Amino acid sequence: MKVVLDHLTKRFPSRSKKGGDVIAVNDFTFEIPDGQLIGLLGPSGCGKSTTLNLICGLETPTEGRIFFGEDDVTHLPPENRGVGLVFQNYALYPHMTVLQNILFPLQNLKGEARPSKEDMRRRAEEAARLVQIDMLLDRRPAELSGGQQQRVAIARALVKTPRVLLLDEPLSNLDARLRLQTREEIRRIQRETGVTTIFVTHDQEEAMSISDLIIVMKDGFVHQIGKPQTVYDEPCNLFVATFLGTPQINLFEGRVENGKLYIGQDAVLKVDCADREKLTVGVRPEGFVLQEDGPLCCALQAVEVMGRDHSVVSTHPAAVSTTIRSIIPSEETPQVKSGSVRFRLKPFKTYLFDAGTGERIPFSAV
Amino acid sequence: MQKKNWKAWLYLLPAIAFLSVFMVYPLIDVFVYSFEEGYNSASQTFWGTGLYNYSYVLHDPYFLQAVKNTFILVIITVPVSTGLALLISLGLNSIRRLRDFFQTVFFLPYVTNTLAVGMVFMILFKKTPYSDGLINLLIQFFGGQSVDFIDGPYWAKILVMCIYTVWVVMPFKILILTSALASVPQDYYNAARVDGTPPLRIFTRITLPMIAPMVFYLVITGFIGAFKAYSDEVAIFGTNLNAAGMNTIVGYVYDMLYGDSGGYPSYASAAALILFAIVLTITVINLMIGRKSTQF
Repeated sequence: MKVVLDHLTKRFPSRSKKGGDVIAVNDFTFEIPDGQLIGLLGPSGCGKSTTLNLICGLETPTEGRIFFGEDDVTHLPPENRGVGLVFQNYALYPHMTVLQNILFPLQNLKGEARPSKEDMRRRAEEAARLVQIDMLLDRRPAELSGGQQQRVAIARALVKTPRVLLLDEPLSNLDARLRLQTREEIRRIQRETGVTTIFVTHDQEEAMSISDLIIVMKDGFVHQIGKPQTVYDEPCNLFVATFLGTPQINLFEGRVENGKLYIGQDAVLKVDCADREKLTVGVRPEGFVLQEDGPLCCALQAVEVMGRDHSVVSTHPAAVSTTIRSIIPSEETPQVKSGSVRFRLKPFKTYLFDAGTGERIPFSAV
Repeated sequence: MQKKNWKAWLYLLPAIAFLSVFMVYPLIDVFVYSFEEGYNSASQTFWGTGLYNYSYVLHDPYFLQAVKNTFILVIITVPVSTGLALLISLGLNSIRRLRDFFQTVFFLPYVTNTLAVGMVFMILFKKTPYSDGLINLLIQFFGGQSVDFIDGPYWAKILVMCIYTVWVVMPFKILILTSALASVPQDYYNAARVDGTPPLRIFTRITLPMIAPMVFYLVITGFIGAFKAYSDEVAIFGTNLNAAGMNTIVGYVYDMLYGDSGGYPSYASAAALILFAIVLTITVINLMIGRKSTQF
């Protein structure tokens, strides 16, 4: 089932009498293709949860429309939309067993749609088997680990065979190891069921690792939509570039003069774009290459050992942050502990942004 | 572990000292009195020991009346007050505007003096040479016969008693239940909405189980409180409850000790222990039911 968002806008009236409305979602238009896993990504307060609530019907949009396939569901109540929702804290009913929790949505069905008792039981067990909790059916949520509760919540959302599965920060309550495991699990379940899935997260790594498409939001606006690798490689503006990637992209103040890109006094690249007095240069940590006579001269601070790679921490007068961090394969690491290091920059890991608007300035190295 | 134990006891000492002097010792004393036949508090003498005190109390028509009154009070007021409080709390929980105002109004009886409330009930129910009371005026307005609620038939007096008790115990229950309802996470309701759960089912399958521990707490303390009823009766019917036929078990104990017919600590002790046995039994039953249905 494809999901179409058509000029979707949600305004909340301001609490104080003076201030204007708060725009949580601003003119969101996108068509989510059928059977894909979509990561809705952004910092907290960016409107991603509101978008999810609009899609599932817990909130009604101020403007715009929502379609599931060809059906206009904008004004349908949540129960008639055929959505499954997994809450951040799972919202499993604590007084019911796992089986009762999974059965609950089925027992709400009325008339024709209501399956027979055996049928309900069979479907609940099927859903439990899909998320691999079929041996825990008689337990209560309090007797389960976080990861198991998560699976129960997914089973409960899937048991009605929803047209769209929505996950609100599904991994944020799990510890790091379980998070890694569970996100693969979500990917597997989504593949097996083929249900169009939208999940909200503020963790870029999480979104990039399992999504077919990611939507990067901030302040109610959609900044960029695309395949994870594309968005990472071709960020459309400064926000998207800084939000994606760990360690974060390194930012410098720079300028273009006579076809050369300068960071401080160092002419780092020859570029083909017009001269500019001031711009922001972003370099991904993996975009630095150690080179004896490299153009970018930095003061070495520390080398952090990370096993496969080393993280070289240094400073540069034109850097926006206090330190710059580069990832260097461990065999190329400098042997010295202090002094200056020189880098060459990989052109396709280097991005130029307008110093005022943060918009990306296209260039190619010559 | 053993070494530090004396410190713990030291911290507990003040509480233990007070409790033993003012709670444990009197309890033991009451137990002893109840078996001492013909105990005289002035001369500190008694004839012998045995179960005579219990037998006397259990054959005393005033005591049997008090037991009957108390049980009627308990059986009617506990479910009615808890049910009404739940309804009002649900109402309060679902309104936005004026919620604080209504919450305050419903809480007022809790901070109002019992005797002052008794006066209000007098105005509502008591027949005086000048007026039949507000309720009777209403009954007459709708064409009914006026009833003497304070000195009249037994059912009328019990009715007043029950209304009064319900009214007095409700604020606390409303307070507890509104906060219990407010503490049910909104996510459960959102999850139920997405699953299309009908409102009644949301109440019976989600709300009620979630607040069940609080409801049971209120039922248990309600039972205990209703069994201990006394001052409310005095506030309405005056101090001579036996004459009014409206005595309660605690009232009987008090009368046996200090009332006009008083001066019998042995009978009072026996009656008090019978009350204790009743309350204990009921509470244990309550806890057993409660444990079964609120476990999660």
